[in-house]
Amino acid sequence: MPDGALPVLDVRDLKTVFQTRGGEVHAVNDVSFSLKPGELLGVVGESGSGKSVTMMSLLGLLPTPPADVRGGSVQFDGKDLLHISQEELRSVRGGKIGFVFQDPMTSLNPVYNVGFQIMEPLRKHMGMSKAEAAARAQELLELVGIPDAKQRLADFPHQFSGGMRQRVMIAIALACDPQVLIADEPTTALDVTIQAQILELMKELRDKLGMAVIWITHDLGVIAGIADRVMVMYGGQVVEHAPVHELFANPQHPYTRALLTTIPKIMGERASRLTIIEGQPPIMAGAPTSCPFRDRCDVAFDRCAVENPPRYDLGAGHDAACFFDARTGGPRDA
Amino acid sequence: MLNYTIRRLVLSIPTLLFIALVIFLLLELAPGDPMGQMPLTIPDDVKQRMREALGLGEPWYTRFYLWLYQFFIVEPQYWIDGIFGTNLADGAQRIISFQSRSPVFDTIAERMPQTLWVVGMSYVVGVAIALPIGIISAYKQYSVFDQAGTFVSMIGFSVPPFFSGVLLIVIFSVNLGWLPSIYDTTHEVIDWETLKFQFQQMIMPVMVLALQTTAQVSRYMRASMLDNLGQDYVRTARAKGMTESVVIMRHVLRNSMIPVVTVIALGIPSIFGGAIITEQIFKVNGLGQLLILALQGNDIPMVMTITFLLAVMIVMLNLVADILYGVLDPRIRYD
Repeated sequence: MPDGALPVLDVRDLKTVFQTRGGEVHAVNDVSFSLKPGELLGVVGESGSGKSVTMMSLLGLLPTPPADVRGGSVQFDGKDLLHISQEELRSVRGGKIGFVFQDPMTSLNPVYNVGFQIMEPLRKHMGMSKAEAAARAQELLELVGIPDAKQRLADFPHQFSGGMRQRVMIAIALACDPQVLIADEPTTALDVTIQAQILELMKELRDKLGMAVIWITHDLGVIAGIADRVMVMYGGQVVEHAPVHELFANPQHPYTRALLTTIPKIMGERASRLTIIEGQPPIMAGAPTSCPFRDRCDVAFDRCAVENPPRYDLGAGHDAACFFDARTGGPRDA
Repeated sequence: MLNYTIRRLVLSIPTLLFIALVIFLLLELAPGDPMGQMPLTIPDDVKQRMREALGLGEPWYTRFYLWLYQFFIVEPQYWIDGIFGTNLADGAQRIISFQSRSPVFDTIAERMPQTLWVVGMSYVVGVAIALPIGIISAYKQYSVFDQAGTFVSMIGFSVPPFFSGVLLIVIFSVNLGWLPSIYDTTHEVIDWETLKFQFQQMIMPVMVLALQTTAQVSRYMRASMLDNLGQDYVRTARAKGMTESVVIMRHVLRNSMIPVVTVIALGIPSIFGGAIITEQIFKVNGLGQLLILALQGNDIPMVMTITFLLAVMIVMLNLVADILYGVLDPRIRYD
């Protein structure tokens, strides 16, 4: 893909707030990123860092209330997805943007056969007849590597294994030739061998169909194997963003560095315990006025407590939201 | 599915026989004398001979066997004879009421239409109101509509029909004079005017019974919808770009109906129980009233037959519920 290609999806300053009994929770704070055609963007972060909520906000998939997408813009296909009608948004969902969810065991409707569930978006978005949709559904099942596709269309979700169900979910997401596929921890609920199969399948499909993919995960190993670019999220913000090799070779944010040390090593000396990051992730009550990682950070200093660091551009598509400059070993200039 | 149905039907025979035995023994053990309501002027030895004439001198197992024989062999024969004009029964002894000395089934056949009209209609009305209330209440949880639905359900659950029935009579019959307080069984529907009157006399008993049904079914429907609305497949359906009506009515509703179907099917016998009281209040001479009178008069064959018919209904509706389960939920397959 050409480097200067126009982004297919461009998210600016996205802000999502949940209204709860204990007050507002700022789950997504000024998240910006863009996605080029054919690119695979990995999104990493621990549970509650706002990865999934960010992606659900894009397509209005969060229940409102309690969720409230407060601001920002999501440019896709010449439109701002946050400011179009429900009807237009529905034609984007499942049509031009496909979604694959975490748990394939519960993400399919148990009372309809998979053929029906794959045909649903085809008939709605592509206006296909029943016969056309059935033919395309069979094609899709073959594409995601399900044997005996024709017979299996009539089978119900409970007749498929977990990995096969995730393939069905991918087939549904791919049904209408989407420009963007958002995969929200698609392999987390699967065992390791199946996980590897799904990863291979996604890479293959991305190359074959040329769509852009956003891959949400908390598994850095998966990211290393599949992503072009990585976005690290913490406390509802993007804390670091870099091409995949750059991120692993040269992590700039203390959180990213800490994350990388938590990957257990198979080779080399045997550590007695797994490495962890001390402390708890923050509860984001109120708009952030300080660095969310400050309490768990080993290089934090005074400024981190009074100001939320912006994303500093470090060149070569790399940026990090930290007042501490890991390259010089001292604070960044204001 | 057919195999399963047949197997279940065959298996229900021993169940029903056992239920029949239990009902019979309960009536046998209960104190009471069919002669209790006879005039005191009848001498004791005459009463004793009358008891023997009713078959009460025989041991219980003989009487139980005879009742079974009459219920399962003789009565169906008369029934077939009545339809096809055959002569299978050939004058065999039918189940006879102690009180009226007429065949029990003839009386039941006379009373059945009133009960079916009132009870059946109230159930249909109740369910038809309850399902939309449950669906909307769940979809708009904690809204004004939901709160109002919860309030009405609470009333339906907590106010017994013998209170709500009398209350309605006081308001609409006594004070306002809009509706008749007594159900006229002899009324025949022949034109618009009589149809209007039929509705007028049905509306109160139907509403009293429907309130209970609505209260129960709408709560179950709401709970089941809420269970399903939070499921992952609902998010998937939305992510596929389906409209809200498709998401709710196609994806959520069918899953939510699975437990509710059982509640609806198994609620039918219990509404007949509720009808016993409601029929008394509105003077509907249906099955409920018949059962009460039979109990008061120690009319063992009548009580036995009506109670057993209710048991048959419960067993059969259980089967219907299980079959519907399989129809709605592909994960349940019976073969």
